[in-house]
Amino acid sequence: MNILKFIETFTDDSLMKSTGSRRDSFAQFGNIGKNLALASIPFGLSAIANKALAKDITATPATPIGALQFALTLEYLENEFYAMALDSGVIPASENGGRDLKVFQQISAHESDHVSFLIAGLGGTMSANFVPKPTFDFTVGGAFDPFNDYPTFLALAQAFEDTGVRAYKGQAANLISTPDLLTAALQIHSVEARHASEVRRLRGLKGWISNAERGAGMPAATQAVYDGEGVTMQAGFNTATAFGAAAGSEAYDEPLTTQQVVDIANIFIV
Amino acid sequence: MKNEVKVQGINASLDSRRSFLKLSGLTLVTAGLVLAGCSDNDNDDNMEDNTLPGVKNGVFDLGSGDFGVLTYAYALEQLEADFYTKVVNASNFNTVFNDIERQVLTDLYHHEVIHRDFFKAALTGALPDPGSQLLPSLAFSYGSLNFNSRTEVLATAKALEDTGVAAYNGAGRLIKTADYLLLAGKIVSVEARHASAIRSLINPNSKDFAGDDIVNTSTGLDTAKDPSKILPVAAGFITTKFTAKYLP
Repeated sequence: MNILKFIETFTDDSLMKSTGSRRDSFAQFGNIGKNLALASIPFGLSAIANKALAKDITATPATPIGALQFALTLEYLENEFYAMALDSGVIPASENGGRDLKVFQQISAHESDHVSFLIAGLGGTMSANFVPKPTFDFTVGGAFDPFNDYPTFLALAQAFEDTGVRAYKGQAANLISTPDLLTAALQIHSVEARHASEVRRLRGLKGWISNAERGAGMPAATQAVYDGEGVTMQAGFNTATAFGAAAGSEAYDEPLTTQQVVDIANIFIV
Repeated sequence: MKNEVKVQGINASLDSRRSFLKLSGLTLVTAGLVLAGCSDNDNDDNMEDNTLPGVKNGVFDLGSGDFGVLTYAYALEQLEADFYTKVVNASNFNTVFNDIERQVLTDLYHHEVIHRDFFKAALTGALPDPGSQLLPSLAFSYGSLNFNSRTEVLATAKALEDTGVAAYNGAGRLIKTADYLLLAGKIVSVEARHASAIRSLINPNSKDFAGDDIVNTSTGLDTAKDPSKILPVAAGFITTKFTAKYLP
């Protein structure tokens, strides 16, 4: 069975005409996953499923399901990071008059929703396409102390959100054949960008990335998140001409490849 | 908010893709969008996906397919660029806004002008006959909007940025070429960063940067809208008449 054709057929039949609420979309999105699971298509991701307690994750295939599995692993990482931070009390309730706590409670809620949404999209936890949560170590063997040191928490939050934006962008081409999955991924992508902007602004930075700068106070280890962001040529158009290279690079966020994101995520996976 | 337009369905059974957008030159408060059917084009089944942008029956139509989507984006970026150009050139810009607000609004002015000029250059290079197929420079009117009012400028900026995010999120699925999809993706996340920052300027001590009014509280998904839902909103500011008969 041709999986792309299957997905296209399914979406054409049932989803493209959908005009329901997003809650309806959520249910329908879950149905996509169930139908995919029923089709029992091998996606080659069993490698990940079979080493749930092993170490590194590996690049997902360049398919719609691969993109969802990849996204789910990233959302696992973000979701656990914020849940642990809120539990730890590292975010001072009084910071900025309570603003920071409100911000991270909202971000945490969104990441939790994204995890649930993507699991449903993959057909649920019993689906052959489901990938389990890796084991994370946000201290990276003790190098970071994000749940006791607030500036470290903020720095990692910025790195994770900016990574998320670039990661989803890098999966767009893998989803071009499945319009409903592409739309859902875009809808998560822009939420990650809203998060990234706010976290950056809490840290005193601009909400957007200038050149390939990780920004003041960011550990050097996070530079991989920003490498390649300084692009000022877009489809042959020089974006630096009008207002300089910083503005030109800020106006466009750049993608990361699956492997680049996997390499970043593996820093935090044990 | 004064950036709402009244959408009047002249023909209740009208398919939105067949709608004819007549963008009026009335002031913002009274701006009306008239939707009228095109009786000579009733067959949806024959809707082509490769209609090029250009003047049809005396009015510029955005077209369909990748060029239609890029032209649609060009129209929206023209609006955003024009708005922020007026914002930063308003007589009291330096006194109405504090340092951080001026920095944000100046950056947004830069980014949106770059986006607009990028689309113009990209479309000029890619369209088979840009002389007849490139969307002209649009004209805009903001009605009674006071560019020296912090509240009105930020509220309008918020509406424009949220609209931009929803527009790109909704249009992604209409793009068939991976390179174009990636370019749209590179821009939409910057629009979302803008929307977040503007919302945060308006209401800093809150979750409004990604508020429950714009991000679904059960799925965590941002808004996505079809062109037919976006253009009536944008039409409140655009005085140049054009149609989008071949976009959903």
